[in-house]
This record gives sequence, structure tokens and C-alpha cells, in this order.
Amino acid sequence: MNRDIYDLLGLLAAVCFVLALKGLSSPKSARRGNLIGAVGATLATVIVFFYANDGRALNHLPIILAAITFGLLVGTIAARRVQMTQMPQLVALFNGVGGGAAALVAIVEYLKLGDKATTAEVIATIFTVIVGCVSFSGSVVTFLKLQELMTTRPVVFPFGRAVIALTLAGVLISGGFVVANGGSTPLLINALLSLLFGILFVLPVGGADVPIVISLLNAFTGLTVAASGYVLQTTLLIVAGTLVGASGTILTRLMAKAMGRSLFGTLFGAFTAKAQSANDSGESRPVKSGSADDVAILLNYAQRVAIVPGFGLAVAQAQHTVRELADLLTAKGIDVAYGIHPVAGRMPGHMNVLLAEANVPYEQLVEMDEINPTFPQTDVVLIVGANDVVNPAAKTSPGSPIYGMPILDVGLAANVIFLKRSMRPGFAGIENELLYDTKTTLLFGDAKESLTKVVSALKGL
Amino acid sequence: MSNSLALLSIFILAVFVGFEVVSKVSTTLHTPLMSGANAIHGVILVGAIIVADHASTTLELVLAIIAIVLATINMVGGFVVTDRMLEMFKGKKRNTDSEDKK
Repeated sequence: MNRDIYDLLGLLAAVCFVLALKGLSSPKSARRGNLIGAVGATLATVIVFFYANDGRALNHLPIILAAITFGLLVGTIAARRVQMTQMPQLVALFNGVGGGAAALVAIVEYLKLGDKATTAEVIATIFTVIVGCVSFSGSVVTFLKLQELMTTRPVVFPFGRAVIALTLAGVLISGGFVVANGGSTPLLINALLSLLFGILFVLPVGGADVPIVISLLNAFTGLTVAASGYVLQTTLLIVAGTLVGASGTILTRLMAKAMGRSLFGTLFGAFTAKAQSANDSGESRPVKSGSADDVAILLNYAQRVAIVPGFGLAVAQAQHTVRELADLLTAKGIDVAYGIHPVAGRMPGHMNVLLAEANVPYEQLVEMDEINPTFPQTDVVLIVGANDVVNPAAKTSPGSPIYGMPILDVGLAANVIFLKRSMRPGFAGIENELLYDTKTTLLFGDAKESLTKVVSALKGL
Repeated sequence: MSNSLALLSIFILAVFVGFEVVSKVSTTLHTPLMSGANAIHGVILVGAIIVADHASTTLELVLAIIAIVLATINMVGGFVVTDRMLEMFKGKKRNTDSEDKK
């Protein structure tokens, strides 16, 4: 294929990526935007087969095609099969493998170029290897945290700060050594240290902040793609990678803002905040627990009910039951609204996706800023599997890891009902004082079973 | 203009486009946008194919093939999962009136 035609088609693919990001920024065009992105990516992949080897068939063509087919199958099956509740960790994993791929591409190209590599190319290679490896191992740790295969609390170990600083120094020194002297063993050491640094970097991040870290690693991976585009002299990779790097950085800031966190505090908060475990050592304090009938009666005589869904609702697959309850209350002339915290679920917008899946009417989903002023007029707040997003500690206790996060002010309502599986604290691992409040009633049990019982009790009234 | 300078210009301009394009997004769309952007950097697949073609030693080829598999998973999986998320949003608008549909 003629170089000019190739470059023009590559430009077309790059335009597709810009339009994709633009489309994804607005609800109406989001799905089309994603589709345009997929078209651009397909175009970019197809044309490289006709160009990379000056128009002749690629070397190793069969194995390349086999690898693509295998990746296609794994990617599609994983994306199709995953439960919507587990989607955030899948996104983290996809991001991680992308970072790993970028690092591998840079390593292969470095081995290939050998001594012919210019200093600028080696620097771009080292950058890709370091950031790609950090993104890979960091994403794997976020996956493990979200999948709850490891603790979701910040992991702080003795001399943590010193160990991290030493590892970072090792990464930079070995990277500098490669730039100055070349060689493949130093590059390998550099890659291994970068992998270690990625793990150490994410371990101290608390569960609630994990989405911000995923977004940041996503931006990192974008930059590695741009850097490997420089090494390979491929404009399209530079454009696509930079777009993702820049938009990912903005998105990370937006997310951090929505959660009321500074980015710096998120990433390094674990150093300053000592483990909060002292006050949730599980000494039993009196709580008021009720039966499904009590809850039904409270709801039946309310005029205005707000439902606050959390991740627990999604885990119990109770979206449909909660909608049934809401429909029943609406039929009784009770005003029902869902209070959606920006980070309800595990990521911003995650809860909206889950409720939309259950056909909850769009206009009943009320965002935090709009529902907060209505809580003093609300008779009953029904909290289903949420905890951190209604925890007053975010306002009252400066030492708490979630201090500063905007919350739903459910404490202002006349009655608060918590549907909880147990007294176990939420994802961020912090005790919630609201549970001990006198206006709070707790209904223990699986969210779906509890809701079903409440629905049938309500029907009997 | 040297080639490196041209690439640098492209890089700088793309930074600004990236900043501009997502400056205002509602929190509802943060996750799909992140996931979509994530799929876009799967285009490193192009780089992986190029290095696989160049590969002259077995080690290079093996690493390049692993890169191809990982990049394809990133790209394809990313777009598919984003589409699944956005499918939900489309569904909810259509079902606003007919609430009994289950």
C-alpha cells in the first residue's frame, strides 16, 4: 500500500478516536461514540497488515493472526460474560494488559534496534517499559482489591515509605543506566523493579479510592502507547495514546473532585492516615434492629421515601426487587426517589448502569446535589447495601480516611432504615455512627430477601 | 521540519485535543468514558503487529505474540464492555413509560 494512502487512513482512524471520546462525553451520543472508536481501531489494525512489510505479506503472518483470534475470543467472552457488578475490575484488568502490551512492544523494539537506537528512542523505550509495567502490576492489584481477593483496606507496612522510595530510586537508576550504557539485562532489571513499584504504589490505596487509581493508570497506559508510537515512528499510536493520556488525566481529576479527594491525598493518603481499626474493634454497641413488618409500616405511612442504593444491592441482585417496592409505594401515592451518590457502586456512574439494567425510570434517579436539600422533608430513607456514601464521618471526623468526601445527608430525614447483611463496615472499612442513631432501624439479611419480605408485608397492609 | 519535531508537534496538539474533548462530563458517564478510552489505547495492537513482523529471534517473536494477545484483549474487550454499559442507558430511556415491562 502506498505510504500516503496508509497515512491518510491512519489519520482517519485518529479522527475516529477524537470523535469517539467526544461522543462518549455526552449521554445521547455515547454509544455511537464507542462504536466510532471501535471502527477506528479496526481500521488501524487492518491497514497495518497491508503496510508494515512494504506491501508484502507480514512475516510470521499465521501466528500473528492466531494470536489476534485468541485475544479476540478471550476479550469478547470476558466482556460478554462478566456480571455488571464486576465490571470495574474487568476494566482495570483490560487496562493492565494494555500497559503490559505496550511495555513488551517497547522491549522487543529495543532488542531489535540494539546499538542503533538513538538516545531519544532509548528514553522513550525506558519510559514505556517503566510506566507500562507500573500500569500492568498496579492494575492487577486493583483487580485483586475490587474482586476482594485481597483486603480492600489500605495496606501499610513498616518502613513503607522508605521501601517505596528505594524502589522508585532503583527504577530511575536502572532506567538511567540503560539510557547511558544500553544492554538487555539492565532493561530486564528495570522492568522487574517497575513491576514491583506498581504493586507498592497501589497497595496503600484504600478501597474507595481504587476507581481513581484505575483512571490514573488508564491515562498512564495511554502515554506509554504514545511513547512506543515515537519509537516505532507511528503517528497514529502517538495521537491515540496522547488522546487517552490527556483525557484520562482530566477524567481522573473530575473523578477525584466528585469524591471530594485531592489526587495527591488519594495516592499518598495511606502514609499519613494511620489504620482506623482502633474504633471498630467490634465492641458491641446497642443498635435498633427491626423486622420486615416494622419496615413496611414505616414505609406505608410515609409521604416521601428516598431509596439510597449501594453496592450491596448490586451484589444481592436486588435491583428488580427494589424497583418492585418503589412501584408499590408509588401506587400508594407515596413520593419515591432514588438518591444516587456519584460513586455509589464501585465507580462513578456504576449504580446508574445497574439500576438502568433493572428498568428503573430515569427521572426517579436523583443526583446527590439535588436530593440532599430534600432530606429534611423526607419521612423515610431506605438504605440498601450502602454504607460509606452515607457515613457522617466524612463530615465530622477529620482523621477518617473518607473525611472530605461529599455524602448523602440521610441523617436529616425523620427515619433511616438500613438493609444490611451484618454490622461489617463498608468498602472503605470505616465504622458508621449513623447505625447507632436512635432514628435508625436495621433490617439484617440479604438485601434481596429482606426487600422481598418488605414487599409482601407491604402488600398485606 | 525534522521528523522528530513533527512527531513532537503532533504529540503537543493531541494533548490539547484530549484535554478539550472531555472537559465537561457528568459523573454518570465517567465509567463508560474511562472504559472507552481504555479500549482506544488497545490500538497498541498496531505496534505489536509491527514488532512481530520485524522479529528476528525466537525471544522477540514470543514477546511480540504475547503483546498481540494482550493488546487484542484490551481493545476488543474494552469496546465490548463499554457497549454493554451504554446499552443499559439506552434501555432505560425507552422504558420510562412502560414500567411493568420486566
